Amino acid sequence: MEKKFVMHFPPVLVDKPIISTIVRKYNLDFNILKAFVSPEEEGTLVIAFSGGEKDVNSAVSELKDEGVKIQMIESDIKMIRERCTDCSVCVGLCPVGALMMDKDTYEVKFTPEKCIACELCIRGCPTKAMVSTI
Amino acid sequence: MKTIKEINERIKEGKAVVVTADEVVELARTAPVKKIAKEVDVVTTGTFGPMCSSGVFLNFGHSKKRIKMGGGRVYLNGVPAYTGLAAVDVYVGATAIPDDDPRNSEHPGEFKYGGGHLIEDLVGGKEVEVVGSAYGTDCYPNKGLRTRITISDLNEAILFNPRNCYQNYNVAVNLSDKTIYTYMGVLKPRLGNANYCSAGQLSPLLKDPYLKTIGFGTRIFLGGGVGYVAWWGTQYNPSVKRRENGIPVGGAATLALIGDMKQMRPEYLKGASLTGYGTSLIVGIGIPIPVLNEEIIKWVSVTDEEIYAPIVDYSYDYPNSTGNVLGSVSYGELKSGKINFMGKSIPTGSLSSYKKAKEIAGILKEWIKSGEFLLTEPIFYFPGQDSGYKFKPMREV
Repeated sequence: MEKKFVMHFPPVLVDKPIISTIVRKYNLDFNILKAFVSPEEEGTLVIAFSGGEKDVNSAVSELKDEGVKIQMIESDIKMIRERCTDCSVCVGLCPVGALMMDKDTYEVKFTPEKCIACELCIRGCPTKAMVSTI
Repeated sequence: MKTIKEINERIKEGKAVVVTADEVVELARTAPVKKIAKEVDVVTTGTFGPMCSSGVFLNFGHSKKRIKMGGGRVYLNGVPAYTGLAAVDVYVGATAIPDDDPRNSEHPGEFKYGGGHLIEDLVGGKEVEVVGSAYGTDCYPNKGLRTRITISDLNEAILFNPRNCYQNYNVAVNLSDKTIYTYMGVLKPRLGNANYCSAGQLSPLLKDPYLKTIGFGTRIFLGGGVGYVAWWGTQYNPSVKRRENGIPVGGAATLALIGDMKQMRPEYLKGASLTGYGTSLIVGIGIPIPVLNEEIIKWVSVTDEEIYAPIVDYSYDYPNSTGNVLGSVSYGELKSGKINFMGKSIPTGSLSSYKKAKEIAGILKEWIKSGEFLLTEPIFYFPGQDSGYKFKPMREV
């Protein structure tokens, strides 16, 4: 199973290798979708864990015990192709490159696997082609 | 070198050579201007973006017990129509929204349905609810009605857009610390993204920068049907400074367009909801440019890399009309997906669909090639760069 999470690391945890310890301990695969450290030195990480359901859950609760704030990404963003006009206004808004313009066909392509469900595209789309299904 | 009459003869014989504006750009990379001017008869352009100054005149016909909607109130699917006309004529604009729309009371508002969506529904043949109220007169005694109509029930549905086809436009950015919601889309703080709205090298008025071939009466592709240039557009501003290739440094000429909406198609007239701003209508337009001489080839072969747009801050400079321009960037760079500006790499997005613009230029090309669409000689040409015609700000006293 795969689950995506948004994790906030307080400044005291930023320089510790917590994630690498956890993924080794629970034998998880991970995919970092986005990571940044704010000027206040709080770290934000958008990450997908895949592995056994029990292992993913244990890893998450252990991270929480360490002081990491975690939200699971539950909503599922979809593109309704017939409504899309391929204008690309969503492309500049998407923080993770889940919406891209195909340079040859000028078509806007959506890669759900990369999506972190920030919903900026939903607000930005003039023809309501991007929708959230929770 | 060629006249419109001669080109039309070739169109009628099925011999006209027609290329789209992006095709002529490619041709001009290798072939000399002289050769292209000799061989090509028409270049077709296209654009597909939100254009708020759009709307439709409707005539309902008379109800059995007559009603004078003029001076009364009319709503179509809840969207208010302008009734200051005769008994059963109304005008619905793209930005009209229902009285009970929450607007920006909870910012940013969603603006789910407005005039633009109503136009899309009508063109798509959907049934629309009409609610009218009137004060009643001796000759028009009916004080209220509620009915349902489709576009085919109307006597006339005349799309009339006072301002479309902006010649060049701003690139919108946000220098502030919070996200803003504008007619140029959602703009993330601290130069988080840059939005533009032009088809660039396919855009009609960027390919005839001095309007040497486009004027009153020019026949065009409008919303999937045939339309005409009805006047110069509102906020027409031909005196804007230009680069050597004729391209204005910012928004300049505009066009007023008219056409029979009954022939149009919903794929080319689409309602738009701009979060925190309002509703609009995305209009598909294609304009043919006759290749009358070599100079025209020079204009039509201008590339995205040679067309520059001004970068404007929409958090302070635009709302306060400071006139401040932060810089300029080419459509070539904008279309690459990123621009480098003020030491940052900024992702870009377009409100105008290049794919649809290309499709429209392609359809118009086929119409002309098949002989069904003839070119028109404008009845008159619009005020030029040296005419002194200018776009003025509002008088506030």
